[in-house]
Amino acid sequence: MSVASGGPLKVLVLVKHVPDAQFDRHLAGADHSIDRSESILSELDEYAIESALQLIEARGGAKAGHTVTALTMGPERAAAAVKKALQMGATDGVHVCDPALAGSDAAATSLALATAINHLGGFDVVLAGMASTDGETSIVPAQLAERLGLPQLTMASALELGDDGVLTGRRDSDTTSTTLQATLPAVVSVTDQGEEPRYPNFKGIMGAKKKKTVTLALSDLGLDAAHVGVAGSWTHVEDAQARPPRTAGTVITDEGDAGVQLVDFLADKKLL
Amino acid sequence: MFELNDEQQAMVEMVRDFATENIAPHADRWDQEHHFPVDVLAQAGELGMGAIYADEQFGGSGLSRSDAVLIFEELARACPTIAAYISIHNMVAWMIDSFGDDAQRERWIPGMATMSELGSYCLTEPGAGSDAAALTTRAVRDGGEYVLNGTKQFISGAGAAAYYLVMARTADTGSRGISAIVVPAGTGGLSFGALEKKMGWNAQPTRQVIFSDVRVPVGNRLGEEGDGFGIAMKGLNGGRLNIGACSLGGGQTALEKSAAHLKERHAFGGALINQQSLLFELADMETKLVTARTLLWRAAAALDDGADDALKLCAMAKRVATDAGYETANAAIQLHGGYGYLSEYGLEKIARDLRVHQILEGSNEIMRLIIGRMIAEN
Ligand SMILES: Cc1cc2nc3c(=O)[nH]c(=O)nc-3n(C[C@H](O)[C@H](O)[C@@H](O)COP(=O)(O)OP(=O)(O)OC[C@H]3O[C@@H](n4cnc5c(N)ncnc54)[C@H](O)[C@@H]3O)c2cc1C
Ligand SMILES: Cc1cc2nc3c(=O)[nH]c(=O)nc-3n(C[C@H](O)[C@H](O)[C@H](O)COP(=O)(O)OP(=O)(O)OC[C@H]3O[C@@H](n4cnc5c(N)ncnc54)[C@H](O)[C@@H]3O)c2cc1C
Repeated sequence: MSVASGGPLKVLVLVKHVPDAQFDRHLAGADHSIDRSESILSELDEYAIESALQLIEARGGAKAGHTVTALTMGPERAAAAVKKALQMGATDGVHVCDPALAGSDAAATSLALATAINHLGGFDVVLAGMASTDGETSIVPAQLAERLGLPQLTMASALELGDDGVLTGRRDSDTTSTTLQATLPAVVSVTDQGEEPRYPNFKGIMGAKKKKTVTLALSDLGLDAAHVGVAGSWTHVEDAQARPPRTAGTVITDEGDAGVQLVDFLADKKLL
Repeated sequence: MFELNDEQQAMVEMVRDFATENIAPHADRWDQEHHFPVDVLAQAGELGMGAIYADEQFGGSGLSRSDAVLIFEELARACPTIAAYISIHNMVAWMIDSFGDDAQRERWIPGMATMSELGSYCLTEPGAGSDAAALTTRAVRDGGEYVLNGTKQFISGAGAAAYYLVMARTADTGSRGISAIVVPAGTGGLSFGALEKKMGWNAQPTRQVIFSDVRVPVGNRLGEEGDGFGIAMKGLNGGRLNIGACSLGGGQTALEKSAAHLKERHAFGGALINQQSLLFELADMETKLVTARTLLWRAAAALDDGADDALKLCAMAKRVATDAGYETANAAIQLHGGYGYLSEYGLEKIARDLRVHQILEGSNEIMRLIIGRMIAEN
């Protein structure tokens, strides 16, 4: 697409607004949704933003016409996730916001995001985090690739884009390291093993005020409310319960055989 | 005035994240090992902390004094010494940015803004501290150069800095005979005394700076000959706000540690926080800090607005905030009992670091002198 033919690189980065993992999480309401009062940009998405910025910076950055568009779907407050991305260096923002989206599962979320991406059009790379830090299904990027009909390069820990428009990523597991390639446009999700995300500097913070964010409702996207939100979701949370409090551990009093008891205990749990 | 705007909140959050990750975990070790972390300073510089309130034209961050005090308080929560050095560096960067011509700004500000090049403020001499106008370091004109001779005392960052902003005598006309001259590191005849052994501020070097026939181009002078004392004092106005903010940050950490300790520590059948006299002590600490912060923010706003009473308010704020910070840290040691006296708990370091804030950048007696004289003059 554009970048392969020598045009500017257009990156879209998906950013989710999630409850701050520092605090205990609470499920509330009839649909067991997460209490979102103390929310921030999903920390894993900061890695996606960092990768996106590095992709354009390697080519001269925003000054050379390359763009990083930050896209979130979520309630009004979720605009904060886009704002943080703009402070870190994204060039513009998009916020898909509609009351009918509340309660969307991964399938409904990926439908709304794919529709928005098609509506905006023309991206070379769609970057996402490897998982949100709240829902943690990790499935949105894969669904998105399917819906967009694009190659998916998921769980990449190092990314490189050649001048030929071929994107190379490394996927590490415990025992192997795989190198994957995709032609653009492509959907990519990145892990937290890449370079540490930058802090937004003062210039970025002040400059973000002047950057453009558009807000899109379902009607702007031509999307039927019946296909998203609780109504359009394929999965529904039936019930949710707080984890029972931890019970006291086993105390071994040493009467000369504590070592043996300890080994037996570990062997019993198949830890030895 | 008392609510942070969105940008200020984002700045405070960023500085807190940065300081929590990159400064706080190492602060005790840097203190013990007398390590000056120039690499971490360069990281802070990348984030815009090297020339916070200098113009954006040559790399400054273009922020206000009201923003700066928030930033310094946040840095000082992690380590007052590092925060205070960054304040001194900013004072020098601002002086060059404000009183230098474009060629000087273009030459010196970019490196200082990123803190890849550090600055030192050289006013005090062995024989002239509070009475700075009595300084005797000389700069004698010789063709297109100044030849500097003399000794500066207690210079923060000395030996590590790239630029020494030196207040030197160019005429025997008291405070009107002083000029501000930039001496780059490596200039022939520039040398440094031994590292001073100190009560605190161990994570930054304090040394004499010695000039023997140091030659620099006349083009290294900021402003006109004789402007130096005014430039130095204007730099100190902002410096005093920042150093006050550094005291508040240290004091705030001491207060928070104390509240946590009193909740945890049990004696006489309950948590110590239930002893009302100790609760009152916490209330006094908090009240002192908030009182000082309120005045500090007002003084910063006055300096931002160029108000007539800015000098007086800065002097008042410096005195109140540095006293509040030290008194809070000292009280925190008492509230921790014997543990407060152990290095491991981090409180004695805060007190040692904050003690000097009452002495430098114009001692708190000199602050009272400034305020008192203004009353007398009216
Ligand atoms: C208790 C509970 C259980 C749930 N169980 C399921 C379930 O079993 N199946 C199911 O489908 N849903 C489930 N959900 C809903 C699901 O967690 C999310 O709300 C869904 O919208 C997106 O999935 P995710 O957050 O797991 O995304 P992931 O796939 O984990 O996210 C990966 C990346 O996709 C991008 N992304 C994801 N969401 C957004 C967004 N809104 N805006 C921008 N970018 C985004 C981000 O870059 C993110 O890093 C459950 C929710 C709750 C509260
Ligand atoms: C760790 C450290 C770092 C420093 N860093 C720098 C630096 O980077 N650059 C720099 O230029 N200087 C620096 N200083 C110097 C500092 O600013 C001076 O120490 C301070 O201004 C006081 O000067 P003095 O030490 O000569 O004390 P003196 O002026 O001798 O004062 C002694 C005492 O008398 C009081 N006093 C003096 N005159 C009066 C008066 N008229 N009325 C009432 N009381 C008075 C003072 O308040 C003080 O209590 C630093 C000092 C220290 C300790």
